Amino acid sequence: MLTILFDGVAYGMLLFVLAVGLCITLGLMNFINLAHGAFAMAGGYLTVVMMNRMGISFYWCLPAAFIFAAVLGVVLERTLYRRLYDKTHLDQVLFSIGLIFMATAAVDYAMGASQQIVNLPPELNGRVEILGANVGVYRLFVIAICGLLTIALQYVIARTRFGSRLRASVDDGRVARGLGIDVTGIFALTFAVGSGLAGLGGALGASILSMDPSFPLKYMIYFLIVISVGGASTITGPFFASILLGVADVAGKYFIPAVGGFIIYTIMVAVLIFRPQGLFTRSAKR
Amino acid sequence: MSAIDAKPPAEAAAPPAASGAPAVSPAARLLAGSRWRWYEFAFWGLALGSYFVFPNKLMLISEILILGLLALSIDLTLGYAGLVTLGQGAFFGVGAYAAGLAAKYGAGAGPWSDPLLGLVIAAGAAGLVGFVTSFLVLRGSDLTRLMVTLGVALIVEEIVTQAKSVTGGSDGLQGVMSSNVLGMWSFDLYGKTAFWYVLIVTFVCFWFCRRLVNSPFGLSLLAIKGNPLRARAIGMPVNARLVAIYTISAAIAGLAGGLLTQTTQFASPDMVAFHRSADSLLILIFGGSGHLYGGLIGAVAFRIMQDFIGNITPQYWLFWVGLVLVLLVLFVRNGIVGLMANGWRRLTQKSHEGKNP
Repeated sequence: MLTILFDGVAYGMLLFVLAVGLCITLGLMNFINLAHGAFAMAGGYLTVVMMNRMGISFYWCLPAAFIFAAVLGVVLERTLYRRLYDKTHLDQVLFSIGLIFMATAAVDYAMGASQQIVNLPPELNGRVEILGANVGVYRLFVIAICGLLTIALQYVIARTRFGSRLRASVDDGRVARGLGIDVTGIFALTFAVGSGLAGLGGALGASILSMDPSFPLKYMIYFLIVISVGGASTITGPFFASILLGVADVAGKYFIPAVGGFIIYTIMVAVLIFRPQGLFTRSAKR
Repeated sequence: MSAIDAKPPAEAAAPPAASGAPAVSPAARLLAGSRWRWYEFAFWGLALGSYFVFPNKLMLISEILILGLLALSIDLTLGYAGLVTLGQGAFFGVGAYAAGLAAKYGAGAGPWSDPLLGLVIAAGAAGLVGFVTSFLVLRGSDLTRLMVTLGVALIVEEIVTQAKSVTGGSDGLQGVMSSNVLGMWSFDLYGKTAFWYVLIVTFVCFWFCRRLVNSPFGLSLLAIKGNPLRARAIGMPVNARLVAIYTISAAIAGLAGGLLTQTTQFASPDMVAFHRSADSLLILIFGGSGHLYGGLIGAVAFRIMQDFIGNITPQYWLFWVGLVLVLLVLFVRNGIVGLMANGWRRLTQKSHEGKNP
């Protein structure tokens, strides 16, 4: 029972790291980037390549995945995404679906359609007893890293100058611009960090989530649930939403496997209808 | 969208678009729009003629028509009412399974296997689902709509794959046997009956949509698309109109799904999958939304492209779909119909030459 809770929390934390970049970019630019999962996939596959083909240690892969996805993100943002900020949501959705398709096919071409397997370092395998629950060491590792990241993110956003600028831009981009805040620059940086976090999440999750070419499409819906439940203006909202989703998904698959994803989809639609601004936000804005 | 309409009012073509038209009375505008133009005859003539030109590709042509019908149903909501949706595949799938189950129940002989009744059932089931879910679409922004429609499509897909006893799960619905069309023509191996059946049903649906968008009702949809607040302010029942068009669109999508099940004698979860919704949206955008013909022309272009690229790199077809989507969004507005209308206008301004797609 407690094991499921632990697994769920680890899964939820992972989802949070994967989705947080999307939440912020959505809140900041009102831009729907469905292709966010592609950055996670990039990080995951980089890890696979580095570990299995070059034999580089897993711990080096994590920062590498972050940097790789962040660079990828900033390049795409500067060349392609920025052209779409003033277009309709439909255009943005079509565009990012196009990117998903391209990423899926490109990875299929380069790496094959089969699921990739990551061999974790031996010290991360195995299980330990905590509070009477049997917990995988790797799950603990994931929880620790994601927890640290969350705290760091919360600190940056709540305490630093950059964070206050970011919050100002999210709250009202126009006024923030009027006050001399470089919203475009902040956005590019946030996009890069968000993509980087997705890449890191992909690297961390390469052994938990199944890493195959359909990854961006499969997890797109999870990101959307995190956003719709958590709201897109803070990071605490998405955080609780991710944990909730992770636990609900793991528990649901464990106890009532026949129902599968049905419950979480229903929850998403219900939340969207009754609280379009998200469960954990203060008030409706957009 | 305004490309076709920008011609002089006497020549104003099929879709009454919401922009920059000179002051014409609404009735005259509707009448001008509802007149059949020569290129419309040419289009359906070509569709008819393809029976004789490609006698061994009839199944493919039927499939193209079905795809076009699905895209047409999206055109009603997106192109005319301005409702974005990512979940049209749900209605397509509901229709496909409804028709399939009805035919299976009748086991190829009983009254339930009648294809026309199957279509009615498919349209009814999908329309019902559309009616119920339309209330979810009324609220919120574009983003909420996209996510709600996507969520509904995912729920339908989940139901289809999980309810194995009814739908056959991921193996698909086997043993779909339709009886003869009108009791006279049976579905043959070469798809001759299927071709005529699909062509006629598609045409009837198209004719219905054409009447619909050229009616005061259709005009009110364009008004709602242009500015929902103002439409409400002049006394239009905005929500009721949106519910109506969403339901109609769902029913037509269901009809398309029913057609596919009946002609292929099979229904699978693939028919409700996400890529079905994405593809049909792509087809419509490819062809150009808000013209009615966009979906049909887009479907033709889409399948030709699929065949062409599929011959070179069958496995990585998805990449090129993605590339086309990205390029379309970035560079081409209004799709093929928009391009053709632009080209046509340029030609007629200079000299009279042939149509240049």
